[in-house]
Amino acid sequence: MFNVLTEKLNGVLEKFRRQGQLTEKDLDEGLREVRLVLLEADVNYKVVKKFVDEVKQKALGENILQSLTPGQQVVKVVRDELVQILGQKQSELNLSRYPSVLLMVGLQGSGKTTASAKLAKHLATKVDKKVLLAATDLQRPAAIEQLKQLGHRIGQPVFAEGKTPVQVATGALDHAKKNAFDVLIVDTAGRLQINEELMAELEEMNQKLEPSEILLVADAMTGQEAVNIAQAFDTRLKISGIILTKLDGDARGGAALSMAEVTGKPIKFIGIGEKPEDLEVFYPERMAERILGMGDILGLIEQAEAQLDHADAEDFVRKVREDKFSLEDFRTQIRQVRKLGPLTKLLQKIPGMGQVEVDEKALNRVEAILNSMTRHERLRPEVLNGSRKKRIASGSGVQVSDVNKLLKRFEEARKMMKQLKGKRLPMGMPFGR
Amino acid sequence: MSWLDRLKQGLKKTQENLVGKIAQTLRPGRRIDAELLNELEEIMVGGDIGIETTTALVSELKNKTAIRGLQEADQVMGLLREVVSERLKKAEGRFALRTDGQPTVFLILGVNGSGKTTTIAKMAQHFKELGYQKIVLAAGDTFRAAAIEQLGIWADRVGVQLVKTTAGGDPSAVAFDAVDRALKEQAQMVLIDTAGRLQTKFNLMEELKKINRVVEKRLGREIDERLLVLDGTTGQNAISQAKLFNEAVKITGIVITKLDGTAKGGVIIPIAATLKTPIKLVGVGEEAEDLKEFKSEEFVEALFATNGK
Ligand SMILES: Nc1nc2c(ncn2[C@@H]2O[C@H](COP(=O)(O)OP(=O)(O)OP(=O)(O)O)[C@@H](O)[C@H]2O)c(=O)[nH]1
Ligand SMILES: Nc1nc2c(ncn2[C@@H]2O[C@H](COP(=O)(O)OP(=O)(O)O)[C@@H](O)[C@H]2O)c(=O)[nH]1
Ligand SMILES: [Mg+2]
Ligand SMILES: [Mg+2]
Repeated sequence: MFNVLTEKLNGVLEKFRRQGQLTEKDLDEGLREVRLVLLEADVNYKVVKKFVDEVKQKALGENILQSLTPGQQVVKVVRDELVQILGQKQSELNLSRYPSVLLMVGLQGSGKTTASAKLAKHLATKVDKKVLLAATDLQRPAAIEQLKQLGHRIGQPVFAEGKTPVQVATGALDHAKKNAFDVLIVDTAGRLQINEELMAELEEMNQKLEPSEILLVADAMTGQEAVNIAQAFDTRLKISGIILTKLDGDARGGAALSMAEVTGKPIKFIGIGEKPEDLEVFYPERMAERILGMGDILGLIEQAEAQLDHADAEDFVRKVREDKFSLEDFRTQIRQVRKLGPLTKLLQKIPGMGQVEVDEKALNRVEAILNSMTRHERLRPEVLNGSRKKRIASGSGVQVSDVNKLLKRFEEARKMMKQLKGKRLPMGMPFGR
Repeated sequence: MSWLDRLKQGLKKTQENLVGKIAQTLRPGRRIDAELLNELEEIMVGGDIGIETTTALVSELKNKTAIRGLQEADQVMGLLREVVSERLKKAEGRFALRTDGQPTVFLILGVNGSGKTTTIAKMAQHFKELGYQKIVLAAGDTFRAAAIEQLGIWADRVGVQLVKTTAGGDPSAVAFDAVDRALKEQAQMVLIDTAGRLQTKFNLMEELKKINRVVEKRLGREIDERLLVLDGTTGQNAISQAKLFNEAVKITGIVITKLDGTAKGGVIIPIAATLKTPIKLVGVGEEAEDLKEFKSEEFVEALFATNGK
């Protein structure tokens, strides 16, 4: 599809191949593209260096230079290697103890409080746990109030008694033990990893709470600093996992790779919105593609879903799953998307698609063709015989060949969606937020 | 501690952080060669300047050292200052405070968690210290839990007025009310807080445009400053933020926060170069006093300083 990196690599490697057998030097030249893509995605430069070296060794080991499609092969190695670092399998929370304590840590504004509420909701409703939240951020104005309001919204209790953060935390642990809570989620104040006093405070909490999980909550938009943050928190606290927030935007999210690489710890969840339900488990393959800027169809669907009517989007996802996506749905989708404004603008937001020009006129034509069909025809395009097609063509002012082209393209799209069926599709992103 | 002492201490702290030790790379006696340029490139990329701008800066540096016949690494610092300042030209923006008796109106915007509310508190504190007595804050974040309470606490601490509605209320109505009150009561400043929003969210950007429109209608003129608050730890996404917020409501300045950490905030170099939007303030902590003017010199020094902590 819109695989910018593959194209670039093909470009570079093809050029050399025409000059004869590919050499290691040619590969280096190709890997420069990989390096650029990763740096643009905010992967830390040291991590990039190491990564590119490893890819090179692998590529040489696998004799990729002899292959007929070296560009694609290199991209495959890159992708596999990324997935490898990001973690191959989903990583579950360790909830074996009673109560299991989850300590939420991270910089200011990274999303700890929101993530605490999201996890509480997830564990209470999906895993059927009895959850207690602890509000230990005594620093930021109204931080306790924020967690209390979130707790109220999701129907989970919040403990906030105590004069110091450590007191609140240990008080909450006593309370959780006495009242047979399964899980205690401890929200903490944001802190810079270089703030000695506040890092020591976390160490104390760690000692006193003996948490089952220490989750570093990090902003997906973080730049090069990601390695320092992850390394410092991991060295001081031995974090058990990472939650990456704000992935509902257009950040490429290279920080994920930086953090996973320097800590070796899994990314367990991602935040995809501001509401308590906007939490998802982490999928390394999707993250790898996002970092590589493969503005793929999954990204497009996600984008559409984020902005379209919730009910429609769910309907769309369900239909794609069940392979029941019809021309009728196609028309609804086009109308929905066009409501959002010029498509070119929309596409600019998808990595690697900034330069794609959309022919709005062509879209008008497609819509006109669809409008000229009966509902029955849109639902069952197989009934479209020659005379029906002629009618539709004249009704929408196009040639029969245009109608055929549309039908063919639709069939192709459907096939592609079928392939996607196995993969997970994002659910539950309501209108607006 | 008196306010002045705090300020002095704060400045000392940042000075230590900023000027620090210039990286080994540029130590006196070292020759300018390919390896040195490589190291510089790494420092710049590592400071979030971005690979494109970094490449351009390094090649400019290379040319200039050749033309001027420079050979010593420590001479590069001056040159760097020059080429970076070139890109940060006019980047040191100051506020144009009104002198016509009307309130100066600030609209504060940015992505989630970047530091908008805290920046408002800091600005209010700063203006109070400059002698402005009548300052109105508008609690325009009606969405995030306890956002109104957060700004309310700051308003009390700093000693300024707060205009608010209930949670879930209409943000443009709050902004309107605040400006309305300011005009009627002849306040000198209005600082409007807004909910954090990712720049790619269509509806939320429309909401922002509406706030801007409603306020300007009541004012009968343009809002004086629309400030984009960028988190200094942000990487290349800040470019998209600046671009899309600017498209929605023309931004008049940038505030870059959280530079009290080790992040360098280098992404403002490409932003300043392309958008020509001045950087007006820097946030260096969580307290109301932790605000500084942006100085491009200091910024460049910090970029090449080792973290001498
Ligand atoms: N270290 C440091 N922390 C800061 C700075 N500016 C803000 N913060 C902290 O960053 C966090 C978020 O700041 P807010 O002012 O609430 O950010 P916001 O943009 O209003 O956030 P939302 O309204 O939730 O989108 C808080 O914990 C602040 O104390 C700064 O310059 N340095
Ligand atoms: N768009 C988006 N916003 C988020 C996400 N997670 C948190 N936020 C917002 O980011 C801001 C800071 O979050 P908060 O939980 O208060 O951060 P904390 O300071 O680390 O506790 C708030 O405006 C949240 O609503 C997310 O996944 N997506
Ligand atoms: Mg918090
Ligand atoms: Mg705020």
